[in-house]
Amino acid sequence: MDFSFSRDQLLFQDNVRSFLINEVTPERIRELWQSDNGRSDQLWAQLVELGLTALTVPEAQDGMGMNELDFVLIAQECGYAGLPEPLVETMLVGVPLLAALDEQHASFKQKWLSRVAEGRARLAVSEPGNPLVSDAHVADLLLLAHGDEVHALERDAVRLTRNESVDPSRQLFQVEWTPTPATCVASGEQGRRLWAAAFNRGALASAAQLLGLAKRMVDLAVDYTFERKQFGKPVGSFQAVKHLMANVAVQIEFAKGPLYRAAYAIAEQQPEQDVFVSHAKLATAEAAMLAAKNTIQAHGAMGYTWEVDLHLFMKRAWVLDKVWGDRGLHKGRIRAALFDGTPALGAGSTFLTRQ
Amino acid sequence: MDLTYTPAQQAFRAEARTWLAANVPSEPLQSFDTEAGFAQHRAWEARLNEGRWGMVTWPTELGGRGCDLIEWLIFEEEYYRCGAPARVNQNGIFLLGPTLMEYGTPEQKARFLPRMATGEDIWAQAWSEPGAGSDMAAIRSKAERVGDHYVINGQKTWSTRAVWADWAFGIFRTDAQSQRHHGLTFILLPLDTPGITVRPIPQLNGLPGFAEIFFDDVKVPVENALGGEGMGWHVAMSTAGFERGLLLRSPARFQETAKRLVQLYLANREQADRDPAIGEAVMRAWLDAEAYTLSTYMTASQLVQGGKIGPESSTNKIFWSELDQRMHDTAMSILGLRGELLPHAPAAGDVGHWLEGFLFAQAGPIYAGTNEIQRNIIAERMLGMPRA
Repeated sequence: MDFSFSRDQLLFQDNVRSFLINEVTPERIRELWQSDNGRSDQLWAQLVELGLTALTVPEAQDGMGMNELDFVLIAQECGYAGLPEPLVETMLVGVPLLAALDEQHASFKQKWLSRVAEGRARLAVSEPGNPLVSDAHVADLLLLAHGDEVHALERDAVRLTRNESVDPSRQLFQVEWTPTPATCVASGEQGRRLWAAAFNRGALASAAQLLGLAKRMVDLAVDYTFERKQFGKPVGSFQAVKHLMANVAVQIEFAKGPLYRAAYAIAEQQPEQDVFVSHAKLATAEAAMLAAKNTIQAHGAMGYTWEVDLHLFMKRAWVLDKVWGDRGLHKGRIRAALFDGTPALGAGSTFLTRQ
Repeated sequence: MDLTYTPAQQAFRAEARTWLAANVPSEPLQSFDTEAGFAQHRAWEARLNEGRWGMVTWPTELGGRGCDLIEWLIFEEEYYRCGAPARVNQNGIFLLGPTLMEYGTPEQKARFLPRMATGEDIWAQAWSEPGAGSDMAAIRSKAERVGDHYVINGQKTWSTRAVWADWAFGIFRTDAQSQRHHGLTFILLPLDTPGITVRPIPQLNGLPGFAEIFFDDVKVPVENALGGEGMGWHVAMSTAGFERGLLLRSPARFQETAKRLVQLYLANREQADRDPAIGEAVMRAWLDAEAYTLSTYMTASQLVQGGKIGPESSTNKIFWSELDQRMHDTAMSILGLRGELLPHAPAAGDVGHWLEGFLFAQAGPIYAGTNEIQRNIIAERMLGMPRA
């Protein structure tokens, strides 16, 4: 029993954090908002150069072969930085979905996965139940759902209509396309399985980013409450303001365990992963939503402006709360397992699995 | 990361389970806040010690098993799983024991630890005073050095277990000129010393779970000071750290409560679901008990690898105490009209224990540093916010 990350995993997290703090500054995010497509080839190239686009690509396709547990801390840092580029979704959803296609698609997989690892291609994946696809405009290959089927189309085979989001970092598109036997790469039971796995990975991806975002919002608010003085004192010295922040800190602290257990459960293909993932998404979303509410309050009127950086992170949190299953969906999965299933309950049951 | 138990850990669990199954009293003991119940619980401590299950984290030469924190968690899981008696000795095991091991002289360790382990000495806390609750540094009780004794005068209050305990530990002002957290000394004293008056205070359940202690020229030898004269605040903070942090509250108790709550809900689902919030609260109880367990295992894993417990441990006390309150609130909502009945009331059936737990849960956010104080600590020490 060892519920901790390895030295290497933590060191890698530190390295990625340093890179993101230096390179993905709020100023740079605001620049991206002004650009034509909201994305930066230069920033993506930097991510490629660091090897980040190869992390979860299998070694057979020129990648690093890392799993969800290796990547979860990186995803958290991407959330903390508010990284607009779809690195986390690509590594945790798109790449594993491609990699799980069966052997009749071996050369297709080889081609696209090695391109992603080398930074020569980007992926977009449709989220089951969401009519819009994020980052479809910069994707070279789109993985789209048609019922239970998985279809793969190159960008010139689809028509995109942009839909603006409250989060200017988000790039959302309606995708018009025609499913054909030639575009279908998985169907039936296999398709169902792939989409179910993609859904859990998408939920994990958003959960990890939500935890990072919650932490970032608190850090920004704490800084602000030092600077802002009223009644002759920093507003952060008032207990009412302290308690707003402490309540978020408690939620963040107790969302970590569920998040890391979910990553472990997916990496180990545990049969309970649905419930563990839903717990992770719920706990991190609640931490991030409380962070959004309490940190805008701590910023006072400044928090309601476009100028202060808080909204870069707050708006991402609002959006990630709803993607890959909103809280209602995840509560429903947990409720069903708890009340209609036969879960292991009580002391000593937490790490029992039905392997 | 490896979230599976090793064969050795599984064997340890099996050994604990087997011993507990053979030794846990089949009938529940009376409350340890009654004289008869206190004696029953003391006898249970002795029995645990005979099986070397009393102080599993203590070194083997002191009657423990030298368990690491993961094994301690496993033991606690088995302990709560089989419904074993509450630990009357917990001030000793979790608070004073570790402090003695850190600050005690070899003589003090030899004198106090073995008798603590057997339950021959049951310890009470003597921290708070009428004017020093959340603001513990406002302590006024004095211990004046006269030759090789301290002469203690003053008053302590909310002293848990003091009514029937043998000894008490607390901090006293040894430097009369000192202010706040300076000039305090951590002193161990027998409660039958002349000049000590213990006045029981009945708690919400009517039983005297704590007491006031009055000191009137009480003579205590100087060798009963722990950790050096004037170091009391430092020593006490380490004790309080144990109380607030990982060690006092293992997750097992909350997991068992969550389990019973799920069962209570399922057995009364139709009536409970008239308020849709109840099902949600039950689900949350289970999730939060899981989250607390996961967090404890994360902390234990870090400590086992030589890491240190950080200021984030202040979040623990808030989390478990408010979880415990929410769980019992929910149970009382499900029980409805039955909830008010005391356990021995003829119509209470087998649900009276929920009321006991509900009453006890009211204390969680108050003792060991109120949750308001904990939130200040989180804001200032963990988040680095400016002090008032």
